[in-house]
Amino acid sequence: MNKRSSWALPYFIFLVLFVVLPLVMILFYALQDGSGHFTLNNVTKFFTDKDALGTFALSIEVAIENTLLCIAIGYPAAYILADNKLNRSAVTVVLFILPMWINALMRTLATAELFTMAGVQLGKGTLLFGMCYDYLPFMIYPIYNQLKKMDKSYSEAAQDLGATPGQVFRKVTLPLSMPGVWSGVMMVFMPTVSTFAISEFLTNNKIKLFGTIIQENINNSMWNYGAALSFIMLIIIGLTTLLQGDQEAEETSGGLI
Amino acid sequence: MNAKKVIAKAYLWLVLIVLYAPIAFIVIFSFTEAKSLGNWTGFSTQLYANLFTGSMQNATGLQSAVINTLLIALAASIVATVLGTVAAIGIFHLHGRKKQTMTFLNNIPMINPDIITGVSLFLLFVFLGISQGYLTVILAHITFCTPYVVLNVMPKLRQMNPNIYEAALDLGATPAQALRKVLVPALRPGMISGFILSFTMSLDDFAVTFFTRGTIGLDTLSTYIYADARKGGLTPELKPLMSIIFLIILVVLLVINIRQSKQQNDNL
Repeated sequence: MNKRSSWALPYFIFLVLFVVLPLVMILFYALQDGSGHFTLNNVTKFFTDKDALGTFALSIEVAIENTLLCIAIGYPAAYILADNKLNRSAVTVVLFILPMWINALMRTLATAELFTMAGVQLGKGTLLFGMCYDYLPFMIYPIYNQLKKMDKSYSEAAQDLGATPGQVFRKVTLPLSMPGVWSGVMMVFMPTVSTFAISEFLTNNKIKLFGTIIQENINNSMWNYGAALSFIMLIIIGLTTLLQGDQEAEETSGGLI
Repeated sequence: MNAKKVIAKAYLWLVLIVLYAPIAFIVIFSFTEAKSLGNWTGFSTQLYANLFTGSMQNATGLQSAVINTLLIALAASIVATVLGTVAAIGIFHLHGRKKQTMTFLNNIPMINPDIITGVSLFLLFVFLGISQGYLTVILAHITFCTPYVVLNVMPKLRQMNPNIYEAALDLGATPAQALRKVLVPALRPGMISGFILSFTMSLDDFAVTFFTRGTIGLDTLSTYIYADARKGGLTPELKPLMSIIFLIILVVLLVINIRQSKQQNDNL
């Protein structure tokens, strides 16, 4: 009797056409040679290509380091922001998420310029710090959201039952805030692996990340190899999403502003 | 004020200072004439004047990049808001497997990094032989914006009394009337935040635009900055432009948030 469920149909068709089909295209092109014949060469080429493998390993390493750095700096910030006793101002929260709305390329260029002016050599160190600038708000915001909607009576109960503040944090607050940390990881880890312009600016083209090789291949009309590299990235996305499981199921439903 | 609070405040301010250093840097150096960032040659508003009078190198390039960015963001976020709202109503009334499938599909564009969205759509357009330009960029932006509209409208549907819509129909409203007079007013806050989110994400996008704009020389602000920086010399007028954009965003966000927290206080 409920015909409103059919309202999902146009979007379903849209998603199949412009989300599912394009992903199938990645596989389609990855498994083809230049003249349209089926081949596995593009995928095997990656596993024998020392440069590509090295870049891939470096990208994963930088992404892990950047994610950990963002958690290390972002978690305490989110914790303080969400604590009514430590921070009562909504404006401070806005100030923390505001940089997300500034053009990332422009911010990155300015960061690189700041490093140069301070006499710091552009390289892996600046890459890591610059990335952390760029992605920190994306880590702080989901953790803040999760902590904010947490039922305070849990930690109060733990306190009443004799837990020390350290124990309350370790056994109650931290586990309950993990879904927020996971969404933060999703918003920081994959974008770090796949970024191209940002890493180019921050290292003056000295260090390439995985996104840069994909972009170079696609732009130089080597679509099939580019597609194969994208496919490998898709597999990693699939794995991280599986790892995350259903943790985030509901908590992304709030507005971002 | 106890020690814990002082340390907490100090930490927040330290992170904020570091976070804003590059932005402050742009704003400060927008008030000098030097060509390169970080070169101070005395206070001047020349760059602002250049920006508004168009007396600068490649003024038309930058102007059309700004106009393109705004038009694309406007078109994409309007379509995404309509499509996403209708979809959210549909998904809300789905059950079981179908609902799971739609939720899963809706999550894909949000999980996919920009480069995957960009490359996959690029390959699709190549495969279908569609020439790329404004239309493909707008389409691509709709793809990554709509899921956020769905997510913003969904909570409003949950809060709504499901019987009101039925009541409107029972009282003789056509479905179109019921949509306009009952559903849309109830969902409006979610639609507005979905729209604003879409608009800002579209403004900020680089990778997806980069892959779907084709070869007709279509530039948005992001691709313009990228090409400019790769050429070596960044157009100095970008500094005042960025400062102005930053100021507008700051004011809009602060106004929205202060109004929201006022409303919440009123409701209490």
